[in-house]
Amino acid sequence: MNTFFQLAAAFAAWCCIGAMCISLMRLARGPTAQDRVLAFDSFYLSGMLTLLILGIRSASPVYFDIALLIAIFGFIGTTALAKFLLQGEVIEP
Amino acid sequence: MTGLTVDGWIALPAGVLLIAGGLTTLTGALGLARMRSFYARMHPTTMGATLGTGCIVISSLLVSASPHDILIALFLLITSPVSAITLMRAAISRTRAS
Repeated sequence: MNTFFQLAAAFAAWCCIGAMCISLMRLARGPTAQDRVLAFDSFYLSGMLTLLILGIRSASPVYFDIALLIAIFGFIGTTALAKFLLQGEVIEP
Repeated sequence: MTGLTVDGWIALPAGVLLIAGGLTTLTGALGLARMRSFYARMHPTTMGATLGTGCIVISSLLVSASPHDILIALFLLITSPVSAITLMRAAISRTRAS
């Protein structure tokens, strides 16, 4: 059972890494700016999930803190980029 | 990477949830690569974000109950629709402007 769990964790981590690679491809190719922002959103979420799975496998609490930080800063970055695309300024005067 | 030993019966649902979460995330990214327009690309990405994160966080809660997982799940549940709505409004206004 433990072997099955370790195999499942490795499979899920590789799936998330593949999702990161596909998001990077869309980030480089995307025709418009909002496509790139969406690809960045998907990219940081997949990276956060990879860190979460690594934290599950190694039973260390450090990974969860890093994942929480990535979630917070990724949300701030996505919202700031979307606000900039919406009206040309991040913070309204 | 052999830090954790999962005992007997809890390993099965946790492993199945991990596999489901990984496949959902990969499906969302594939939809991001394959869909044609931006508004179609919005849909699989949010699906992969919410469902994949939910599956993996529930699996992590099954294995080791730590408050960080609940924090991450709660934070993503709050912020994922907010960023999606802001990005969609930006896309609509940019499409109208051009």
